[in-house]
Amino acid sequence: MPSPEQHRLIFRHIDEAGYSNDLACYVRNGGYEVLRKSVLRKPEELIDEVKKSGLRGRGGAGFPCGTKWSLVDRKSGKPIYLVVNADESEPGTFKDRYIIHRDPHQMIEGIMISCFANKVERAYIYIRGEFPEGAKILEKAIAEARSAGFTGPNILGSGYGCEIYVHRGAGAYICGEETGLIESLEGKRPYPRIKPPYFPAVLGLYQCPTIVNNVETLCHVKHIADMGGEAYSRIGTPGNTGTRILCVSGHVRRPGYYEFEVGKVTMGQLLNEVCGGPLPGRTFKAVIPGGSSAKVLRFGERYKGKRKAGAEMVDYDWGVEDIPMDFDSLAMIGSMGGSGGVIVMDDSTSMVEALGNINAFYSHESCGQCTPCREGSLWMKKITARMVHGEARPEDGPLLKSVADQIAGRTICAFGEACAWPTQSFIAKFGDEFKGYAEAKKAPRPDGVPELV
Amino acid sequence: MKLSAETLRGIDEVITHYPVKRSAALPLLHLVQEDQGFISAEAIEWIAAKLELQPINIYELVTFYPMFRQKPAGRRHIKVCRTLSCAIMGGYRTCAEFQRQFGTGLGEVSPDGEVTVEFVECLASCGTAPVVMIDDQLHEKVDQAKARELSDRIKAESRATAGTR
Amino acid sequence: MIQPSSPDMVTVNIDGREIAVPKGTNVIEAARRASVDVPFYCYHPKLTVVGNCRMCLVELGMPAVDPATKAPVMDPATGKQKINWGRGPTIACAANVAPGMHVRTTSPVVKECREGVMEFLLINHPLDCPICDQAGECKLQEQSTGYGRGYSRFVEQKNVKPKRTLLGPRVMLDDERCILCSRCVRFSKEIAGDDVLGFTDRGSYSTLTCYPGKKLENNYSLNTVDICPVGALTSTDFRFKMRVWFLKQTNSIDTESSVGANTVVWSREGAVYRITPRQNDGVNDTWMADSGRVLYKEIRSPGRLASVRVDGSESALDFAVKAAADLLAAGGVAVVGSGRSSVEEQFLTARLAEAAKARSWLVPRVGEGDKLLVSADRNPNVRGALVTGLIAALPSAGLDALGKGIDSGAVRTVVSVGEDLAAAGLSAAQIAKVSVIHMGTHASATSEAARVLFPTLTVFEKNGTFVNQQFRIQRFAKAVPGPVGAADDLVVLARLVAAAGGPVLGADVGSLWPAIAAGVPALAAMNYGNIPDTGLLLDGTPWAGLPYAEGPTLHFKPAAATQEAPRV
Repeated sequence: MPSPEQHRLIFRHIDEAGYSNDLACYVRNGGYEVLRKSVLRKPEELIDEVKKSGLRGRGGAGFPCGTKWSLVDRKSGKPIYLVVNADESEPGTFKDRYIIHRDPHQMIEGIMISCFANKVERAYIYIRGEFPEGAKILEKAIAEARSAGFTGPNILGSGYGCEIYVHRGAGAYICGEETGLIESLEGKRPYPRIKPPYFPAVLGLYQCPTIVNNVETLCHVKHIADMGGEAYSRIGTPGNTGTRILCVSGHVRRPGYYEFEVGKVTMGQLLNEVCGGPLPGRTFKAVIPGGSSAKVLRFGERYKGKRKAGAEMVDYDWGVEDIPMDFDSLAMIGSMGGSGGVIVMDDSTSMVEALGNINAFYSHESCGQCTPCREGSLWMKKITARMVHGEARPEDGPLLKSVADQIAGRTICAFGEACAWPTQSFIAKFGDEFKGYAEAKKAPRPDGVPELV
Repeated sequence: MKLSAETLRGIDEVITHYPVKRSAALPLLHLVQEDQGFISAEAIEWIAAKLELQPINIYELVTFYPMFRQKPAGRRHIKVCRTLSCAIMGGYRTCAEFQRQFGTGLGEVSPDGEVTVEFVECLASCGTAPVVMIDDQLHEKVDQAKARELSDRIKAESRATAGTR
Repeated sequence: MIQPSSPDMVTVNIDGREIAVPKGTNVIEAARRASVDVPFYCYHPKLTVVGNCRMCLVELGMPAVDPATKAPVMDPATGKQKINWGRGPTIACAANVAPGMHVRTTSPVVKECREGVMEFLLINHPLDCPICDQAGECKLQEQSTGYGRGYSRFVEQKNVKPKRTLLGPRVMLDDERCILCSRCVRFSKEIAGDDVLGFTDRGSYSTLTCYPGKKLENNYSLNTVDICPVGALTSTDFRFKMRVWFLKQTNSIDTESSVGANTVVWSREGAVYRITPRQNDGVNDTWMADSGRVLYKEIRSPGRLASVRVDGSESALDFAVKAAADLLAAGGVAVVGSGRSSVEEQFLTARLAEAAKARSWLVPRVGEGDKLLVSADRNPNVRGALVTGLIAALPSAGLDALGKGIDSGAVRTVVSVGEDLAAAGLSAAQIAKVSVIHMGTHASATSEAARVLFPTLTVFEKNGTFVNQQFRIQRFAKAVPGPVGAADDLVVLARLVAAAGGPVLGADVGSLWPAIAAGVPALAAMNYGNIPDTGLLLDGTPWAGLPYAEGPTLHFKPAAATQEAPRV
């Protein structure tokens, strides 16, 4: 079946000739009209729209946004903060970058509507340090918006006010974890907090109720406020509503960002048609569907079972190509939708080396606070590094899996799962390659196959 | 401590963004590093005093975040992404090429003081892998040939401005 | 389900056993009450909970109820209410008890969690046990034996970090041994108020550091050594001196100030090796000041008095007592007692003053309080002197009046029980003018000038009680024997009392206490043997309102003074 057309809701103006990131251009294209409408409504109504929309977070966890907002403690009397997670660091993900650099006002409008809905008077955009241009663009955009009354003390004469500040990170992936981000914003080492009791909705920034949302998610809020939650929920598929931006990288002919209705495009359509299929002379070997933390899928494996379709349970029997790119389907077959970062590896890739690369990333980014992740991530890295550069033993595969099993579910934050799942899934699906690696690596390395670790 | 008037103004302004002074630690570290090129022991103590903290509170941050350096870097800072998507597209070879072009090791200042070449983790531009940041500028699809090209540009620009330094 | 005995109690089920615990108790403490050991490293009852070691992972479950009707959901297999167990394990330190909570600590999942965490803690840990001071009291040793897998699968290179760094004058740091539990960092910030420790770098390369140029040298630095679960932080004073399993532990009291911090004195074969705090949630929690820990060094410091002397010549105890009695019988006697004497010694000193028709003085020691565990009153037992009637008012005026009495000739003999009169303010001329009967431990101007000299014991060499600033009477016990030639203070005092014509009283705490209970209203119906280890609060109202020098400390708030400082 041919792939559907992209549905460019968030990315409508990215790559549009003549579109610039200044306020004038945004307003010319109808910008801030939704904010104008929204500040005339009751904040609770807007929260309701988001609930009805079924919007799920686009940062990686896919947590329902309306639910997150309704968990906020509104009785404590403490100020409520909104923090925008612009720390985009999940390997394979590159969507927020374009929103920030090319359409920052869409994000600001989404922020302002969300702040109004939640009676937030101060918002911080935590932007990763490696986006220095982006930080400057955002500061300029906020200043422009402020002069025009779209943010600041008295928004569009409504009496409601909210200030947005840009806060730059400095190169730590763990600052993408919501409580790690909050600790970093408070000026401390970004050690994620234990939950309970430190749920951000209750005890967040400065121990006040805090909402942490991804950049793309907040852009969706603007569109929900515009068309209504019900209309939004009809886009995409049930339980996986709206659109999402998929970022494809690695061994495909046309890597890049593509926005589709959630669940309306399959992996095969995405990789073969939209992205042009594998590179000349190569075949697909493995794909990580949702950022490097997601479990890897092996081309050729099958997924069978029963799933809900409307009111009925139907059988499914899928290959990798048949999987619809939505949160629930990907979770069902043992991976996750995550951040939408699709990393494709073809038959030239050694899975041992690829895992070595991933393990090096996680061990470098581990904050070091809790025992299993701190010690386990480095141990896994040392094992794969030794396998690649030193002696590889047949028992190293099972050892890696055993170490990973001791990390997942035992840590303070989801980084434990993030560093364990790659190892668990690589061994589960490519265990034969790990077993035979000592022999295989004796062969001379083919030209054009780069080192990975 | 010698900071430019503009930096000092920026520091005083950014502190007002937060109800708790400690939050200004990262912004101050960025401003000071942009001004002086690195974070010295004197800077750590100055920032701590400015925010009414202990020096260890700032020192902890400087050593945690890779973007802060305690020693000056080369005149140009070349950061090559080494995470999976860029690696499978040749990021390691790109880095080796830069090192070869300037005769330098990883993470150190090249013999002519021109560059520091180091690896960084995912720069969130995986679709245009391999990617490299040179100072604040992102460069996309940097294979070995483009790495040579960028190195030549750096060297040419360095020669051209040598008289003004 | 057992009904909780009061509305503030919560009933939980730990490994199948039901127990009621106070509301707000965390699962580690609840399990402790059920005699179930939940292992941990980073948790400490007096510090904030961080939950980073992950050793205390247990399985938690709550009784299932129907969400609509709230009726209990039953489990057909057991006939009891169904328990919804958590999807995965939860840390016990951060989980507070809830009614009906079920805890599993012996399941296969929990066993695996513990083995996993132990393995992780040991992979980068150096093989230092043979040279590490922590051996024998090391949590890593204990818990790897109790809960570890017993073998390692790690064949890579271990991390290398700085070893034997002097963090401060009293604390040595070995970063390779550190398990990054952050107890020391939290203690320094939260309790000692000295935010000087932190972690640098990140991940498994994180390293405990003091800011370069700064030191960990506050007066509570050694508490970090106490609470470090491994041998990362060790005491420089104790370094390489003795293996802890050879040491005998004796309960004692810190005599540094009226706080009366509870301590443990560790000794072997007559020598003391170190002092550590003893938990008393009413006095010092689990802490003590560094300055109190070095006091054991006085036991063997130079100048220890070793023989009874009369007019400079060595003498037998009987002869010396007789010589003292003669001096006392001649009249014009003044007694200088000590705020460092025990309650029992002060009781006998008061009897001696009665028998010799003498006035009593106490030597004041006032310094600056640190609002934590060193109070402004540097005598541990001024209140004992008040309670036993040795003095009626606080000794704020020092020995000025006594000095006048000596100058005028009214005082001809001074009995000094453990105090150096020169240091207390009397001049050399005044001391020379009177006959001095002195009981003391170390040489001083007074011991030189004494006509009758009795060498006595330090707090480590005898039994007794002190009354601290809270009017709490606390026991201390004999840890090591005194030097040859020294006599027990109670023996000397009892003999002097009898020789001066007073009653014959017991010369040890056991036989003396009936007289104390009979003679001291505040101590009636008590005996030494049944004072609890955490002490007993006395009724201090007869002495409330005196102008005490102390400000607030950890567990003490001064009351307003209602009496003026008496002018003597």
